[in-house]
Amino acid sequence: MEKLLEVKDLKVSFNTFNGEVQAVRGVTFDVLKGETLAIVGESGSGKSVATKSIMKLLPFPQAVIKNGEILFENEDLLKKNEKEMRRVRGKDISMIFQDPMTSLNPTMKIGNQIMEGIIEHQGVSKSEAMKKAIELLELVGIPNAKERVHQYPHQFSGGMRQRVVIAIALGCNPKLLIADEPTTALDVTIQAQILELMKTIQKKTDSSCIFITHDLGVVANVADRVAVMYAGKIVEIGLTEEIFYNAKHPYTWGLLGSMPTLDAQEEELTTIPGTPPDLRNPPKGDAFAPRNAYALKIDAEMEPPMFKVSDTHYAATWLLHENAPKVDPPPAVQERMKGFALSGAPEIAKEGEQS
Amino acid sequence: MVRYILKRMMYMALTLFLIASVTFFLMKMLPGSPLKDTDDLTKAQEEMLLERYGLNDPISVQYAKYIGALVQGDLGTSFHFSNTPVTKIIKDRIGPSMQLGAQALVLGTILGIGLGLIAAVFHNGVWDYTSTTLAVLGISIPSFVFAGLLQWIFAVNLGWFPVALWGGFEYSILPTIALMIFPLATAARFTRTEMIEVLGSDFILTARAKGISEYAIVLKHGLRNALIPLITVIGPMAASLMTGTLVIEQIFAIPGLGEQFVMSVMVNDYPTIMGTTLLLAFLFIVIILVIDLLYGLIDPRIRVDGGKSS
Amino acid sequence: MDKNNLPQELFEPLEVEENTSEKISAPSRTFGQDARRTLFKNKTAMASLFVLIFIILLSLIGPKMNEYGYDDQDLSRAKMPPHVKALEGISWLGFDGTLSEKFEGKSVEDATRKAVMRFDNQEDFIDIQVLNEGVEGVGQAKVKATYRVYEAKDMQDTYFWLGTDNLGRDQWTRLWEGTQISLLIAVVAALIDLVIGVAYGGISAYYGGRLDNVMQRIIEILVGIPNLVIILLMVVILKPGILSIIIALTITGWIGMARLVRGEVLKLKGQEFVLAARTLGTANWKIILRHLMPNISGIIIINTMFTIPSAIFFEAFLSFIGLGLAPPAASLGTLINSGFDALRSYPYLLLYPAIIISVIMIAFNLLADGLRDAFDPKMHK
Repeated sequence: MEKLLEVKDLKVSFNTFNGEVQAVRGVTFDVLKGETLAIVGESGSGKSVATKSIMKLLPFPQAVIKNGEILFENEDLLKKNEKEMRRVRGKDISMIFQDPMTSLNPTMKIGNQIMEGIIEHQGVSKSEAMKKAIELLELVGIPNAKERVHQYPHQFSGGMRQRVVIAIALGCNPKLLIADEPTTALDVTIQAQILELMKTIQKKTDSSCIFITHDLGVVANVADRVAVMYAGKIVEIGLTEEIFYNAKHPYTWGLLGSMPTLDAQEEELTTIPGTPPDLRNPPKGDAFAPRNAYALKIDAEMEPPMFKVSDTHYAATWLLHENAPKVDPPPAVQERMKGFALSGAPEIAKEGEQS
Repeated sequence: MVRYILKRMMYMALTLFLIASVTFFLMKMLPGSPLKDTDDLTKAQEEMLLERYGLNDPISVQYAKYIGALVQGDLGTSFHFSNTPVTKIIKDRIGPSMQLGAQALVLGTILGIGLGLIAAVFHNGVWDYTSTTLAVLGISIPSFVFAGLLQWIFAVNLGWFPVALWGGFEYSILPTIALMIFPLATAARFTRTEMIEVLGSDFILTARAKGISEYAIVLKHGLRNALIPLITVIGPMAASLMTGTLVIEQIFAIPGLGEQFVMSVMVNDYPTIMGTTLLLAFLFIVIILVIDLLYGLIDPRIRVDGGKSS
Repeated sequence: MDKNNLPQELFEPLEVEENTSEKISAPSRTFGQDARRTLFKNKTAMASLFVLIFIILLSLIGPKMNEYGYDDQDLSRAKMPPHVKALEGISWLGFDGTLSEKFEGKSVEDATRKAVMRFDNQEDFIDIQVLNEGVEGVGQAKVKATYRVYEAKDMQDTYFWLGTDNLGRDQWTRLWEGTQISLLIAVVAALIDLVIGVAYGGISAYYGGRLDNVMQRIIEILVGIPNLVIILLMVVILKPGILSIIIALTITGWIGMARLVRGEVLKLKGQEFVLAARTLGTANWKIILRHLMPNISGIIIINTMFTIPSAIFFEAFLSFIGLGLAPPAASLGTLINSGFDALRSYPYLLLYPAIIISVIMIAFNLLADGLRDAFDPKMHK
């Protein structure tokens, strides 16, 4: 399939009071047309920063893009100036933010907030934009859309607001939708509804999607491919099945082991010990080594390159080197991976759908 | 909403009554006699004057008369300008003060918002430092020092404006500038802080992600949200204008209420002091009430809640 | 190291040292340390602090730096211009002991005559500089006269650093004496506001219920009264003096602090760490002392720092409109007030007190700003 977006060796730093924080340290990935790529990682792993750089929405001048290319339909977004970027934002690439309580302007009617981008990019009249806004609200499942467009955000519940945010993002039929933890701030029951909505919409519009989350359970539901980020780097990337059934990186094992599921009653949840490294001076070798029970001596010396597992599956761990000792995932995680493989996908978000 | 306004009005009346009473009794405790400057009066003449102004009645009777008259809008008769009702003195004097106050408030606020906006948009740039410095100076330097500086430079030395007194518009320029410096600095500071905070908020990111112009982001999304809280500082600003007029009218010898008040204090003219005090308090309370109602009108979040409860 | 030729021994399991995985990579600092560090890094705030310390020291030792007392009147030396020994050679600094003024007249002679009349008829000590010859019969001649006051009075060896006022009192001594009194009034007023405000707000919020209700109604009424009115009334009925100004300033001044503290305590009271302390049966005074006070101390300090300049302003304001200190006592306000009376001819009488009060106000405001930033966790990046 054709590549819509290619990110190559992206490095982003923040200049702070205490020195330079290397939030993203060389990230490479691509997004194909019509697919959903999930980026998974804990807080501070750089997933949000990496995607915000795609839209160049990082706070200036603290954030600096140090290196890399971001090719969108073969054009480097990093070479575009602010004016050219504005034509991409909202039109070709849209973004859905984490907290619907704060991501809508409290003093503007939601109809106007949806119409703004449409008028900007499509040059339609106000009444046409209004018609489109009502359609969008209906599409995202807001009843009484005709009256609701004249209301203010505080008159909507959290889940409804997130639907409005999605409607805003969909305003100009974007080719790429970036969803930055769109369900994290919502109740579990609402989370499932929003995920379901996003899946349907994506099918309808055939757009690509980058889905950022720290919750592997959400990933299995929506993603075609998964990239796992740790300390500003992608440590493992592959098809969703490959990550869930055949993970190779000890950090991914840790994530899988710590994920609660419905069908795995017998085992305990495992944890990943320790805390992420200080990205002001990242460690010399593998950043995950201090928390890794399977760390090798070379981890302290050298960062592991990406080892190929299959055509679609890569992982950055020395354990895949030919000289490395053969290590199996912890038994609990092996159990789980087997379980996933049998039942298809982990059953986590289902509870919400029933309600 | 109506209930809320009624409740506020009741508080207002109560506060005014309290101020009136306190003012009355405090004035009665004053050390100087209103007739002090007429030492050469005979005993009989003095007696007659005291009788005329009702100063021989027991305090409680004086108080009752005072409050009774007050309810009818009568503030009494000045001791100093014999036979002149205080309401007339106020009427004659309030024009210049009102003009100065209004000019300073409107100009100061508008310029201040502009300055604060520029500072926030060019955060950490030269404009920001300039406007922050100006704001700190404006808040710190007392208005009378500033007025003196303006008078000395632009009137005495350069002769661009009249040094003092009250005539046409040109007489009001220097006093207005001196008076508006505090509202300007306050508005600039407040707008800057609010604007920086608003520009850092999530919904601005949403707006940016829509690809709309920076201009629309700053004005439509930013400024409106930053200005709503600005309404709350109009109260302190108005209070500062009242303080300001007292000194600035002195410095520029403007025949306004402030100058009148200071003079009344000097000559122990109780009725005029009480009248002016009550007027100031009344104005202040009305401004606060208007601000609160305005806030409810402008902020949709409050508007709707108020509507539900009524 | 060559990527393709890695030695085998590197692929042995890494021996994990004791508990490195639980090590916290960033150094930990307490909130107080963070605040102090942010403040110390704030150059404007630190500069303001030093300026303030310098002014306070000067206000203490300044009056003792020469032999003149703040109320030594001597009309024979009234209105002498500033005269400083080391600086008298540099005329533009204004410390050379001369007065200069411009005079206009029908002709140069006329203007000169006016100048001589103005300067005590001491023709010998007046230098005339013609600025404009004027037009014959029309006039508009302009001269600048410089009057060497100290020579005229045969006092070349006397140095009044900042000159003397209309009663011949040394302005330097009076300036620092006045600064001392202004600062004293402001600091005492701010401290009283602090004590009353914290106690009132704290009690109201901590005990809550009906007590809070009653206390808040009282405040609601008091807030409606403009503090200007109260201050004016109080000063009018009390005898003018330091004490009455302090009383006038504090009688409503504490309300702001009380509301602030109440709001803050109410917020903290509902937070989990206080609830936790309660659940564990901690005594009320201990909760107040250990859990609430440290958390509201920042806001109290900041508010006090903003109260001080506002008190200095009000003191000066009262003195300025003639309701302040009674003569011969000096404060910055009374000095500025009398400076205004002589603004046209003796601007130096207004200049120095005006500079000092402005510098004090600016420094306090900047320091308070710095403290506010220092206590704002958002600033501790």
